[in-house]
Amino acid sequence: MQDILTLGFLATLLATAWRLATPLIFASIGEVISERAGILNIGIEGTMLMGAFCGFAATFASGSLMLGLLAGIAAGVASGLLFALLTVTVKANQIVVGAAINLLGLGLTSFLFRTYYVSTGRGVEIAPPIDIPWLSDLPFFGEALFRQNLIVYSTVIVTILAALLLYRTSFGLTLRAVGDHPKAVDVAGRSVAAYRYAAVLMGSGLAGLGGAFLTLGHSNQFVEGMTSGRGFIALAVVVFARWSPVGAFFVSILFGLFYALQLQLQAQPLLNISYQVFQALPYLMTIIAVCLVGGKSAEPRRLGVPYGER
Amino acid sequence: MTRQTLLRMENIHKSFGPLIVSAGVDLTIEEGEIHALLGENGAGKSVLMSILCGILSPNSGQIVYKGRPLALKSPREAMQQRIGMVHQHFMLVPNLTVAENYVLGQGWPLRVIRDMAQVHARIRELSARYGLDVRPDAVIEDLSVGEQQRVEILKALYHGVDLLILDEPTAVLTPQETGRLLDLMRGLVRDGKTVIFISHKLDEVMRASDRISVMRDCRVVHTTRVEDTSPRELARLMVGREVLMDLPRTPAVPGPVALDVEGLSCNNDLGLPALRNVSLQVRKGEIVGIAGVSGNGQTELALALAGLLPVASGRVRLAGDDITGASPASINARSFAHIPEDRHKMGILLPMSLAENAILHGFGRPPFARRGMLSRDAIATHARHLIRRFRVKTPDEAEPIGNLSGGNQQKLVVARELARNPDFILVSQLTRGIDIGAIEFILQEMLSQRDAGRAILLISTELEELFAICDRILVMFHGEILGELPPDRSRIEELGLMMAGQRPVSDPLRRDPAPAGLSAPA
Amino acid sequence: MTQIDQQGRGGAATPPPLRILRKAASAGLAMMRPAAALAVALFCGTVLLGLNGFDGISVMIGMVFGVFQDMRSVSEVLLKAVPLILIGAGLCVAFRCRMWNIGAEGQFYAGAVAATFAGVSVEGLTAWLYVPLITLAGALGGAFWGGIAGYLKVRFQASEIVTTIMLNYIALIATSYLVTGPMKDAQAAYPQSARLFREAWIPNLIPGTRLHVGILVALVLALALYVFLYRSSAGYAMRVVGINPFAAAYAGIRTRGNMVAAMCISGGMAGLAGAFEVAGVTRRLYQSISPGYGFEGIAVALLAGNNPLGAILSGGLFAVLRSGAELMQITSQVPQVLVLVIQGIVILSVVAFAAIRWQPWRKG
Repeated sequence: MQDILTLGFLATLLATAWRLATPLIFASIGEVISERAGILNIGIEGTMLMGAFCGFAATFASGSLMLGLLAGIAAGVASGLLFALLTVTVKANQIVVGAAINLLGLGLTSFLFRTYYVSTGRGVEIAPPIDIPWLSDLPFFGEALFRQNLIVYSTVIVTILAALLLYRTSFGLTLRAVGDHPKAVDVAGRSVAAYRYAAVLMGSGLAGLGGAFLTLGHSNQFVEGMTSGRGFIALAVVVFARWSPVGAFFVSILFGLFYALQLQLQAQPLLNISYQVFQALPYLMTIIAVCLVGGKSAEPRRLGVPYGER
Repeated sequence: MTRQTLLRMENIHKSFGPLIVSAGVDLTIEEGEIHALLGENGAGKSVLMSILCGILSPNSGQIVYKGRPLALKSPREAMQQRIGMVHQHFMLVPNLTVAENYVLGQGWPLRVIRDMAQVHARIRELSARYGLDVRPDAVIEDLSVGEQQRVEILKALYHGVDLLILDEPTAVLTPQETGRLLDLMRGLVRDGKTVIFISHKLDEVMRASDRISVMRDCRVVHTTRVEDTSPRELARLMVGREVLMDLPRTPAVPGPVALDVEGLSCNNDLGLPALRNVSLQVRKGEIVGIAGVSGNGQTELALALAGLLPVASGRVRLAGDDITGASPASINARSFAHIPEDRHKMGILLPMSLAENAILHGFGRPPFARRGMLSRDAIATHARHLIRRFRVKTPDEAEPIGNLSGGNQQKLVVARELARNPDFILVSQLTRGIDIGAIEFILQEMLSQRDAGRAILLISTELEELFAICDRILVMFHGEILGELPPDRSRIEELGLMMAGQRPVSDPLRRDPAPAGLSAPA
Repeated sequence: MTQIDQQGRGGAATPPPLRILRKAASAGLAMMRPAAALAVALFCGTVLLGLNGFDGISVMIGMVFGVFQDMRSVSEVLLKAVPLILIGAGLCVAFRCRMWNIGAEGQFYAGAVAATFAGVSVEGLTAWLYVPLITLAGALGGAFWGGIAGYLKVRFQASEIVTTIMLNYIALIATSYLVTGPMKDAQAAYPQSARLFREAWIPNLIPGTRLHVGILVALVLALALYVFLYRSSAGYAMRVVGINPFAAAYAGIRTRGNMVAAMCISGGMAGLAGAFEVAGVTRRLYQSISPGYGFEGIAVALLAGNNPLGAILSGGLFAVLRSGAELMQITSQVPQVLVLVIQGIVILSVVAFAAIRWQPWRKG
């Protein structure tokens, strides 16, 4: 009981939380970008799986981690292209297409994995932890925060880049306008469809990267359905973070903390709290968050509505 | 003083499928003038201007601008030609600041926004120059409608315009704001700009413009200098659908009071006062009209009477029973019928069949339902009866109503509502967006309903419609009933002045004779 | 604006034979869209198999027709069809009321938990009493779980898409908690509940197979929901709410009540499916009692065009594919997850085809 609350424990917890939050950070920032443009993509669960599988397959074949990550992103972009084609060009219902992408992602990756890899049983070399000189020697937190792998570190860069893109570039400005008042963007001479395509592709690419982290930076194997709902959690993170990339980063870490706590509790039961309580907390908090946010101004006004319909 | 021609539109045609929205328009705009485009709702003003600023492209016809032919493919090209438009529904992104809205879509997409301070400075400079109070860092959604309009106008100036189009700019303004806007337009012209000003308010047009073009039925029917015309002539040109005006009618024989509204006040969906102390009565056997420029509380009046908008204070009685604050269901259960303002938003269900649309109110009661189940034969028979009686053009009653023309859709709505055998009929914008044949038929039907002893309240922005069938006309302005007039065409000028906010001469409540449009109600 | 009537239309008096022809044509077209979507999906599946070294055509034929060899395989197909038809038909109601219920999976679990609770706690009831009791418990459990999302939607405008997804996970986690904790069978090594009392089991329909009477209930309920939606005044009101809430308010229909009711109906159907799974197939509650029936039900409803009668066909079809895929895994070593790919493509094709409006008798 005593030893559980030491600084060392907290440091490990934080380190685990960040690592577990990494796929969520990528996926939720991707979803922030796409929802800011008015596209609700509930297909990121399937997209992440495609990223996880393709990343695994590419690294398995080439031995190169970099190629694996790129393959993960490419798989995400490909899935996003299909989604955008149907929701932006064909103007089909975004929920329906997203649900189909989820089925497709789970089915395709499981099918290919069973066909080619399940019998090999071999994994890939995952991204090695990199110590950041000097910082990693700090007591307790040095180990926690500065001995992660490159992909985990890159979450910070992606967050900053996403925030800069959305809030400091002309592109980001237009993107935010597309989700709120697409007609104004149209009249200002920019193509709503082009921006929505761009947003979906970026979002799906990030989801693919998040998936690739699972096989290349976390576990060294592909497992069927290994995202286990992270794509849906990312949707929750976005609502909770009120559609901001920096917010998505911290909310993801918070949710990662719950994962980490729950894992710790499975190993070391504490105070008779069932680990499932911590498992369920993010979902419960999300429901409360959508109730509080419901109908308020943070949500893009034209979220989920194809352009050209009233 | 002869001016250069800035713009000439010649024989502009535009249609969407069977719907003609521009039927050979000719329009000439001179440099440095304020040119008013006057016309009823749906006369084709906004469409014409959308063509001029590159949102729509015409099917045929040509545009000559600054001496050269102009073929715009996008609003962006219009902007490059220094043509700017302030839309009726603002093109401002609510979650962005004023300055961000101004730079929206400008420059290379990946450009990093660093020079916002410069943008802010430009905005301040421009707002000082034109006397427009605009703060560059204000977020749009926090601004009032009037403020947003200033932001929109300044946006056009920011991008640089020679020709500025204002689409119904006064529809959303208070009289004071309107006055300031008209002054601003004068200022712009002094600054070398040309202004096209779309309106359907006679007094403003008379007051603000140099020349006036009147549009009707998707054509420009007349262009004149302001000093050569009068409000009376303009009104006649604007609403001059002589064809249908000679409906045979007998004098009304008013019976007992059916609807009694006493001191009704309501807020609109934004929480702002929309109705102020409205009192009126409608008797059986008479048609009472509510005239007024749209947005003066007519929509809210209809919604409140139908139980669809909460009542802040006052009383509504239907055949003596108090129905203030009653639910739509309980009001519907009375001898009440309602032809709503916007068919597509409320009156019909586009994907459903005519038969299913015909039972929108009666679906839960015999003969259409027995023990909770719909009786298909009764429903089909009913629908076929309505179709025959109102000559709705459709293959059969199973046709989805969305496949019908607007006139036929409205005929079904009118047929459905009248079939409820109501004592009181609430009608909003009865003939909006439908063809002339259907208009005449529907108006005729309203008259025979009146003669059958029903009470009808007709809310309309179409003056001719009101003149054609009403027995009394009440004028609404800023949520108040300003006064009452007989349906006498010779008094259209007076009606126009009242619609612009001037209290009638005979009204003892009249205040000092302020210029039309500026007499603010308390 | 000037409206010109569309040309070439008759008046109200179209001669009856023509009318019947036109109706037949439109009914045929209504069936053609899903059929074409299915064809596209099967074709893509064949290509996918071919690209990965399988004999695509024969596998596909085996997958679609292989299960019709004997009574036993057919009964297994029907057994799988029970939850798919129940959930699919229920979702048709929710979707018709424009409530995007993505939470059938969670509602299935809620129903399974409620049924299990009822099935292990009351001793000494006769089957005549017990079977209806746990069926009802399952339906109520699912309806409650669906109703939560409905209530949050009308009370707080909380998106039902997000809340139902979250409620899926909460139901899954709660089930996991129950079968590892309070409801765990003390004798068992694995997390599972105690066995339901014999009297609570759903009666068998065909001796020697696992098929239970749930299939009849599913068919009757799908028909009942069809009648409800298209033949009852309450169903009419619900459809009006789904098409246009403003029109519904104008007609005096309670929009909020209908939205919650639609969620409760679809949740109740999913809960019933959960109860049948526990009391008709597994006899115990497990952590992963659903192989994704709730998500598959979305595809069933969409392929059915949100028509509960169509859900019988599309639910049956998906059951055939699922069983066929299992069969192919055994005989041809084709991973059975192929069926998910086919489902995904079916949905995508349905929405893509829906965007194409092909109505040859109408010009313009």
